[in-house]
Amino acid sequence: MTQKQTPSQTIGPFFAYGLTPEQYGYNLTSIAAPDVANKDQAGEHIRIEGQIFDGEGVTVGDAMIEIWQADAAGRYAHPADSRGSNADFTGFGRVGTGTDPERRFFFETIKPGAVGDGQAPHINVIVFMRGMLNHAYTRIYLSDEVEANAADPVLAGIPDHRRGTLIAKRDDSGAGPVYRFDIHMQGADETVFFDL
Amino acid sequence: MTDKLGFKPRNWNSHPAYLSPDYKSTALRSPTKPLVPLAQSLSEITGPVYGHESVGPLDADLTRNGATAGEPLGERIIVTGRVLDEDGRALPNTLIEVWQANAAGRYVHAADQHDAPLDPNFFGGGRCATNAEGWYAFKTIKPGAYPWGNHLNAWRPNHIHFSLFGPSFATRLITQMYFPGDPLLDLDPIFLATPEAARGRLVADFSLEATEPGVALGYRFDIVLRGRNETPMED
Repeated sequence: MTQKQTPSQTIGPFFAYGLTPEQYGYNLTSIAAPDVANKDQAGEHIRIEGQIFDGEGVTVGDAMIEIWQADAAGRYAHPADSRGSNADFTGFGRVGTGTDPERRFFFETIKPGAVGDGQAPHINVIVFMRGMLNHAYTRIYLSDEVEANAADPVLAGIPDHRRGTLIAKRDDSGAGPVYRFDIHMQGADETVFFDL
Repeated sequence: MTDKLGFKPRNWNSHPAYLSPDYKSTALRSPTKPLVPLAQSLSEITGPVYGHESVGPLDADLTRNGATAGEPLGERIIVTGRVLDEDGRALPNTLIEVWQANAAGRYVHAADQHDAPLDPNFFGGGRCATNAEGWYAFKTIKPGAYPWGNHLNAWRPNHIHFSLFGPSFATRLITQMYFPGDPLLDLDPIFLATPEAARGRLVADFSLEATEPGVALGYRFDIVLRGRNETPMED
């Protein structure tokens, strides 16, 4: 029997003790964390960090970001990926922007490999926050993947002046590689959000 | 790649618009440019896999999982229902995370400054997973209404927040369950941002069948996630 989709509603401002409890110091086990990869995980270990800006350029301190990515070999830990999953790497991370004084989000993970379907390596992102009635999908591409990005069919479909909003800038000046990925909800630099 | 099936699109006749001016926080936080269509690939038809192994022994009993020295105050309720896709197929072993205010309308969250008492025996967060037929259930306390700053004398109706993954990144859903007969529903900009024909899907039904005699009233709340496309996608 045909059913109709349950409508989305906002995550609201008070999600942290339910969805990101350990990060915020609440007494409930978290199912996911900003640390996506353990130290022994194969692949290049990277940090992703950024801020979310509202339409007035103010940083958002009550958002939640989720990421979903392939492992270093480009495999997803999911039954639909028939190549077999890497059991040690779930590829899923979750972070709130409410525990950092500068309202940054961050993930400690590994650099994803190319899935092998012509797309450049990328990390899938969902943004939730008070004031958003539906979550927003976007993607993180990686600035050092110049050739792969140039051949990526999704990036190719984005107007030139907006493509950069999807590309995280790699910084190798610190102890380990950091990719900076800011999310702009509105304005001239409004991030590309997808309908998928 | 084999078995590469996509998911039906988000039905924008069911979901609120990003920009819903009566809900004032949407003004600076909603995307202003049209969403860019994205053909589903392995990245979208896969997603995090969470089921029963993610649910601790007390996670589905919010009347006990935050208790420190007794029972929480308020009206005990059982919330139960099925998680289905648009074709009516049950979604088994899928995780549901819930969070809510206590009976007085106060959240445990440190940022909640509403002048109503915290309950030392109530936390308000929990989780459960669906069984093989898509059924879930958790026990809790009926959440109270609380004021918020959207406009003068604004009050949120009683509600419980729900977060679901379903089978893929494409089926992710965060929503809120409301209670039948709540007079605040007709005044709530978040509920009213939902297309009128779809609002009823956010309101639970009272269920005598789900009511546990002598213990807790029952409410039935079914959740429908995006269904699968019937034809394989192009690679």
